[in-house]
Amino acid sequence: MFGFIYPNEIEVNWGLFIVLYPYLTGLVAGAFIVSSLYHVFGVNQLKPVSRLSLISALAVLLVAPLALISHLGQPLRALNLMWTPNPVSAMAGFGYIYSFYLIIVLLEIWFMYRKDIVEFSQTRTGMAGMGYNILTLGAKDVSPEALHTDHKVVTFLAILGIPSAAFLHGYVGFIFGAIKANPWWSTPLMPVIFLLSAIVSGIALLIVVYAATCKIRRRKIDFDCLMAMNKYLWVFLIAAFVLEILEVIHMAYEAEEEWPAVRGLITEVIPVSYFGVQLAPMVLSFFLLMLARKGSVHRVGRQFLTILSGSMILISVLAMRFNVVVGGQLVSKSLSGYAKFHMPLWHEGIIPTIGFLVLPFVILAVLVKVLPPWFDTEEALEPKAERERSLGEEAEEELAPDLWGKIANTALSWIGLGGLSRGD
Amino acid sequence: MENGVSRRRFLTLTGKMVAAGMLVPLGSLIGLSNGARAAAPKTDWPKVWEGKQWGFVVDTEKCIGCARCVKACKEENGVPMDEEVYRTWVERYVETGNGVSIDSPNGGLDFPPLGSSTKKQFFVPKLCNQCENPPCVQVCPVGATYRTGDGVILVDAARCVGCRYCIQACPYGARFLHPKTHVADKCNWCYHRVSKGMKPACVTVCPVGARKFGNLKDHDDPVTEIVEKERIRGLKPEKGTKPQVFYTGLDEVVM
Repeated sequence: MFGFIYPNEIEVNWGLFIVLYPYLTGLVAGAFIVSSLYHVFGVNQLKPVSRLSLISALAVLLVAPLALISHLGQPLRALNLMWTPNPVSAMAGFGYIYSFYLIIVLLEIWFMYRKDIVEFSQTRTGMAGMGYNILTLGAKDVSPEALHTDHKVVTFLAILGIPSAAFLHGYVGFIFGAIKANPWWSTPLMPVIFLLSAIVSGIALLIVVYAATCKIRRRKIDFDCLMAMNKYLWVFLIAAFVLEILEVIHMAYEAEEEWPAVRGLITEVIPVSYFGVQLAPMVLSFFLLMLARKGSVHRVGRQFLTILSGSMILISVLAMRFNVVVGGQLVSKSLSGYAKFHMPLWHEGIIPTIGFLVLPFVILAVLVKVLPPWFDTEEALEPKAERERSLGEEAEEELAPDLWGKIANTALSWIGLGGLSRGD
Repeated sequence: MENGVSRRRFLTLTGKMVAAGMLVPLGSLIGLSNGARAAAPKTDWPKVWEGKQWGFVVDTEKCIGCARCVKACKEENGVPMDEEVYRTWVERYVETGNGVSIDSPNGGLDFPPLGSSTKKQFFVPKLCNQCENPPCVQVCPVGATYRTGDGVILVDAARCVGCRYCIQACPYGARFLHPKTHVADKCNWCYHRVSKGMKPACVTVCPVGARKFGNLKDHDDPVTEIVEKERIRGLKPEKGTKPQVFYTGLDEVVM
C-alpha cells in the first residue's frame, strides 16, 4: 500500500477466483466460436477441431461457476440469484445466462454425437453399453433422414450459440465496465474488450489442446487446420490488442482527474504483469504468427511458432484478467493511493486456483474417452505409432498409465523441436 | 384391536412427519421462512416513515479528530474492533507545502499527534452517504440491499450472498464484508436507534457537534436549517449518486 486509501479498501475483495471466472468463460466463448466457424461459416479446415472445441468448451464451462460460488461469503445462498433476482443488477442475469448457455452446449454436443452414441450403445458391452444406452435418451433412429435432422439442429444451435457465447462473455465485461466507482473498469469498451480477448484465448486454447492431443495420441497435426487457427488467432489478436490499447490511450489523452491514478497503476503498481505479461506476448505473437504463415519457413518451425504463440496468448489473457480484476481494485477510489494485493496460498489462493485451472483438463480427458472427438484416418498416424500398432500393441492403451510422463516428454521435445521433426 | 389402532396412528404420524420433513426444505425455497418471520410483532413501516427524510450534516471545521465516533460506532454495531473494517472513519488532511498528505490510521483511531504547522490541516469524518441514487442497491444481484422510505440504505444480512459487488460499486469505500457474518456491511445511520427516535451513536458521542442528524422534512430541524441556509456539498457529486450526507467547510482536495 502506498499513498492514501480508504480504510475499507485494505482488503482486496475480488481475488484470484474472480480472476478465474472471466478467464474460464472467455475460453468457453472462444472455443465455441471456433466450433461455429466450422458449423456455421463453413471453414472446413477446422473440421479436425470442430468436435474437440465443443467438448473443451463444455469441460471449461462446468468448472467456471465453481470458482464463483467458492468466492461467495455465503455460498449456500448462491441460488438466490435465480430465486430472487434483482432485475436492475448487472450480476443478477448470471445464473440464467449461464444455464441457458450450458443447455445449448449440451444439446449441440448431444445432437452432434447422437449417431456415435447409438453406435456405441450397440457395440459396447456391460456398464459402458448401458451408459451409452441411457445417453441415447431413447432416440435410436439413425436413418439418413434422422441424421439430416440432427445436422440441421446442430447448425441451428451453433448459430444460436454464437450470440449466446458473445452474450455470456460480453456480459461479464459489462459487470466490470458498468462500475462507475472504478476508473480502471468503467468503460463501455469493456464488454467488447472482454469478448475479443475471449475469442483470442479460446482459439489459443484449441491450438494448444489440439497439438497436445495429437502428440499424446501420436497423430500427425493437420497442418491446414493449425494454419487456419493461426489465421483466426492473428485477426482477433489485432482487434483485441487495438481495443485494449485504445482504452488506455483514450484515458491518457483526455487526462481527466482519474488518469494520474490509472497511469500510476500501470507504470508503478502492475507494470510487469501489464506490459510484460499481458501486452508484450500479444505483440510478440502477432509477429510470430505472421512468420508462421510464411511458406519459406520449414513446416515444423511453422507449427512450433503457432503453438508457441497459442501458449503465450493463454498466459497473456490470464494476465489481462488479473490486471483488470485485481488491478482495478488496487486503485483507491480516493485516487490518492494504491492497495496491496496479498496472494494467499490456500484460502482463495494459488493452490486452489491452479486446481481450477487443471480441473477442466481432467474433465476433458474423461469427456474425450466417453465422446471421442477425433476424425482419424489411418494415414494420419505417425510412422512410429503405426509401427507399434503393427507389433500388436494398442498405442493408446500403452500410453494411458504414464500419461503425465508422456506430456512432460512432449513438452520437452517441443522445446528441443525433436519430437516434431519426426512427424514431418 | 387396540394394537391395530395404535399401529394405524403410528403410520399416520410417521406419514405426517415424513411429509413435514419434506416440506421444510421445500418451504425454505418458496419463502415459508419469510412467513414465519412475519408472524413476529409487525411494524407498520410506512407509518414509521411518514413525514420523515433523514439527513446528516458534517461540519469539518469543528471535527478535532478524536475518533470517539469511530469507536462508538464499532461498539454499537458489532463491528470487530481489531479488524480493519469501518462503518465510519475519520481522515486527516495536512498541507505539507508540497501537496496534501492524507491518512486515516486504523480508521482514525490511531492518529499520531498533529504537528505544529501554520499551514492548513483538518479532519474529515466519513460514513455511508445513504445516496438517493445508490449504486450499491442497483448492483445487488439478490435485492439484499435496499432503500427505506425514510431514506436509509439497509442490508438484509439474511439475504446477502456475499458476492461483494456492492462493495465494488460504492464510490466512497463505505462498504465492507463483515469478517464474522461474511455478508456486506456498512453504516445505516444506526437505523435501530433512529427508528426509535434516538440519534446515531456517532452523533451522540461527538464532543464538538461536528456530526448532526435530523429530519429533512421538518423545516425547524437544525439539520434542515443548515441544509437550507448554509453552503453545503456532498462528496463526489459527479458520480450522480446524490449523497445525503452534507458537508460544510469542505476543502476541494477531499474526495
